[in-house]
Amino acid sequence: MHGRVKVKSTAQQEEEKRKEREKKLKAFVSARDAVLRKRSAGEHDEEALQLTQQLLSSNPDFATLWNYRREVLLQLETSREKDEVQKLYESELHFIEACLKVNPKSYGCWHHRSWVNTRLPQPDWTRELGLCDRCLSLDERNFHCWDYRRVVVKESGVSVEQELQFTDRLIGSNFSNYSSWHYRSTLLPQLHPQPIHSHRVCEEQLLKEYELAHNAFFTDPNDQSAWFYYRWLLGRGVCVCIFNCLCQLCDLPPGSVSDISNEHNLTVHWTEKYTHRDCALYTGEHRERRSVACVCVCGRSELSVEKSSVLQAELQSCNQLLELEPQNKWCLLTIILLMRALDPLGHEKETLAHFQTLKEVDPMRSSYYSDLCSKFLIENTILKMEYAEVRVFSLSNKNLTTLCHLDQLLLVTHINLSSNQLLRLPPQFAMLQCLEVLEADDNAIESLEGLYHLPKLEEVSLRNNQICKLSDLESLASCTKLTRLDLRGNPVHKTANIDSELSQLLPLVTALSL
Amino acid sequence: MHGLTESVIAAACSRVGQSVLHLDRRNYYAGNWASFTFNGLLSWIEQYKNQQEVQITELEQVWRSLIDEGEDAVPLSALDSSISNLEVFCYASEEEEKEEEMKTPLSSFQPVNAETVSEEANGDSTEAHDTVTGDDTTASDAKTPNEEHEVSEPKEDQHTSDISEPSQSQEEKESQLSSSPADPPVEVQKKITYQKLVKEGRRFNIDLVSKLMYSRGALVDLLIKSNVSRYAEFKNIGRILTYRNGKVEQVPCSRADVFASKQLTVVEKRMLMKFLTFCLDFEQHPEEYQDYTEKPFREFLKNKKLTENLQHFILHSIAMVTQHTLTEEGLKATQHFLRCLGRYGNTPFLFPLYGLGEIPQCFCRMCAVFGGIYCLRHSVECLVVDKVSNKVKAVIDTRGQRISCSHFVVEDSYIRDEQRQSTAYRQISRAVLITDRSVLPSESDQQISMVTIPPLESSAPAVRMVELCSSSMTCMPGTYLVHLTCSSSGKAQEDLAPVISQLFHVSTIPGEEPSEGAEERSKPAVLWVMYFNMRDTSALDSSSYSLPSNVHVCTGPDDSLCSDYSIKLAESVFHHILPDEEFCPPAPNPEDIIYDGDGPQAEGPGFDESTNTEADKSLAEEEGATHEKSP
Repeated sequence: MHGRVKVKSTAQQEEEKRKEREKKLKAFVSARDAVLRKRSAGEHDEEALQLTQQLLSSNPDFATLWNYRREVLLQLETSREKDEVQKLYESELHFIEACLKVNPKSYGCWHHRSWVNTRLPQPDWTRELGLCDRCLSLDERNFHCWDYRRVVVKESGVSVEQELQFTDRLIGSNFSNYSSWHYRSTLLPQLHPQPIHSHRVCEEQLLKEYELAHNAFFTDPNDQSAWFYYRWLLGRGVCVCIFNCLCQLCDLPPGSVSDISNEHNLTVHWTEKYTHRDCALYTGEHRERRSVACVCVCGRSELSVEKSSVLQAELQSCNQLLELEPQNKWCLLTIILLMRALDPLGHEKETLAHFQTLKEVDPMRSSYYSDLCSKFLIENTILKMEYAEVRVFSLSNKNLTTLCHLDQLLLVTHINLSSNQLLRLPPQFAMLQCLEVLEADDNAIESLEGLYHLPKLEEVSLRNNQICKLSDLESLASCTKLTRLDLRGNPVHKTANIDSELSQLLPLVTALSL
Repeated sequence: MHGLTESVIAAACSRVGQSVLHLDRRNYYAGNWASFTFNGLLSWIEQYKNQQEVQITELEQVWRSLIDEGEDAVPLSALDSSISNLEVFCYASEEEEKEEEMKTPLSSFQPVNAETVSEEANGDSTEAHDTVTGDDTTASDAKTPNEEHEVSEPKEDQHTSDISEPSQSQEEKESQLSSSPADPPVEVQKKITYQKLVKEGRRFNIDLVSKLMYSRGALVDLLIKSNVSRYAEFKNIGRILTYRNGKVEQVPCSRADVFASKQLTVVEKRMLMKFLTFCLDFEQHPEEYQDYTEKPFREFLKNKKLTENLQHFILHSIAMVTQHTLTEEGLKATQHFLRCLGRYGNTPFLFPLYGLGEIPQCFCRMCAVFGGIYCLRHSVECLVVDKVSNKVKAVIDTRGQRISCSHFVVEDSYIRDEQRQSTAYRQISRAVLITDRSVLPSESDQQISMVTIPPLESSAPAVRMVELCSSSMTCMPGTYLVHLTCSSSGKAQEDLAPVISQLFHVSTIPGEEPSEGAEERSKPAVLWVMYFNMRDTSALDSSSYSLPSNVHVCTGPDDSLCSDYSIKLAESVFHHILPDEEFCPPAPNPEDIIYDGDGPQAEGPGFDESTNTEADKSLAEEEGATHEKSP
């Protein structure tokens, strides 16, 4: 019809596109072959630049071509004046920019750009910074650009203040971008160092940062970026690692430790200054003419009054949020950590309740929470015992799923792990070198690999566990003093000839209950 | 008429291959949706005043003779009464700019321009920057070709006299950029005189209708779906403000806003976010609002224990509903607002550069690309109705031509009272202000702000205000164009003047500076204001008229913030005319269009055959008065 608009059909359009693609492919392949031929012939000329430029502008991820380009550029550089070199590399930067538009996450491009800047007689860092800002505004999580930006900032000497403002801006536009929070955490200690600890942040700034984090997690408590940053901040104020204990079992020459007193105070030099810890030396037992000594250092770094009041305020903020969001896992976890920093024993009950909620709201990670809870409970129990003098240690009925801090129980002779949810006695269990009696009834223990070479172990009770095979008991044979073993309520008793097999495996055990 | 609805119908019909003849008695496009330069608006005001006096002589004798036996004539109204109560006040100094004449023209405007240039140099709005510094004489050419035609004829003298100016101001600006870009901006504004407004009049694009585009609203969806979006450019609304306790405040509505807000406590932040998250999928939690379905949204908000602050923000600025709106409607409005966030920016709204009047023109352009024909100043005198079928078979224009048609689409204002079953109009109150600074100055002075103003008294209507900056290409640098809209309870001036006096400094003597102290001084000064009422016929439907079934009456713009009503109306009229055709399928890319037939058509399809259509069946027709129809 006269003058009516006709539109090409989809088939027509597709056919055209297909032909176009074929043509492109053919051109690409022939250019690629030409370039590779030139390279093997060792030609480093303008033509090589042109050819690689054509190829790279359609596929910037062709690393070989970038390498070849560098070779060519280094060659050309030798025969040119400084001005010309500047121009040569500047046009290279323009070219890379075009390639970045094709693929903003091309490893080759970003690497080449860094390299070009090292060759450039007068690099224009401001321009590079601008490029990074533009790229990050298009994709704030482009880690290639973040990396490159770090290089640019370092080379151009941008002030830390400016960089902090840069993170302000990025966090303001999207506070879910952890890259900017993390960057902030590297800048703050430089800008506001704590008078004594250069890697910490001064209190005043810290309060501002807390506020920033509050704003973020009150706005969106499910966003983990701010919570991670917050935890880092809390770690800035105090040593969150509250429990730091070192135990060592070592041989000492006879007579170096008096036999009369069993406690010797020692002076210990710590690599970290300004922390005070109690140190004591306890003697072990003489055996085979060598004295076994044990240096046991227990302690927790005390919080300063200011710090503890700051943490107390933070705990209040989090509790306020918890009232609004009783199901929020980040909030619950942070509260638990704060409580532990402030008063682990006083908050034990609340901590346990929070762990229970955590397991319910985040069932995917319930085992993680159980393990963490076990760890805290063990720490609390250790805190409660008066240093290393206690030899009887009970962890029964605490829903433990894992054992840890065994290194601090070196001198324990009786341990009670009954009524927990332990699946195994881990290899570290073998540290309990003084252990005589182990009670671990009513667990779900399948493996006893930690009951290995315990020289003093005499009695083991493993009633109602999940030991299935005779081979699971093999490690017990290395405990030479073991005489009493209770295995009632384990699947292993169904094994044929279990009695005779066992007496063969553990000939020393005289009181065996099956 | 070329209002938005009619333009969309015309484009949709033309797109699927129907012949469209588009007539308008006016000399400009877009009808009541039009956008004017300042000078254009002054002419429009003149026309309005003249229309009140002029008696229209009827050409009844002429068209009577064209009616055959078995046909009835249904005359159309020649008088447009959709605009009323028009009032204009000027507060800018009207005195001659002696200063300017004594010095060089450059120095007198220096501070104004210098300020703008330095702002732009900060990189706030790049797209606008291009256009501002671009060659101004091409600005009107860059619009639709139709527009050029329209501007050049009626106002030939003004137009030509204007041409030299933009390039001059261009030079001014450049020279100032180097001279003193750091002048304090505040002192400056006083210098904007009425003369200056007239002289820079071409920088204004003043809409009669003030609406924004929800980024997931019907209009944006249609622009994208039909590819008409390629004919326009858009700018994000930068912030949502509200007037509360005598102050203009920013409304935190997006996640980033809430995070950054200094006026909310952290607990409020949580409550707001929690409530908004709930609104996003409120249908999934009926237990939360079940007891409130019959009660106002406001009570629901109270029950949710939201603070006063938050209740205000949600009710007035996010849901934008009244005190009486029911809960479910309030929730839906909130949900719609939230779903529109983040598509193009931190607020849910877009605004077309050069004004809302661009949008109907974009659809006209699309219609023309597919062969539609446009005639301005060419009206239809009467409809010719077949007595047997009771359908319109032709129209007779003001020049006595009879034009056959199978459907006739017409704007409500052309319908005489005899053809009406109901005259239950509402009115929209409008005010247009030119001011010298933003109601809430901030780091960037180049953002569009949407301001919600809750009723000042319980009986008064809520007012919606849109403040446009110069980078939206609707006003001259150094000024803001402010649109106020509300549903009328009286004359526009009575409805809106109280709000204006709260938010702005209105001087009693033109050009006078505020002397009443710091508070008044901090308010933006009104340089010029226009009030008018526009008829809101959106409550009417086909049952409101006694007209043949192939006459489709398009009601004018409604009083809501968005254009959804007009777009949905267009779609329903289109389906009524062509039940089996798709509404605005994507327009093909120019390279995919094949022009066959003889050569010359390849350049401009459709434009060169208007002569054919007079005799042929033209499908959708509209009103106007013509001088000439041949190309």
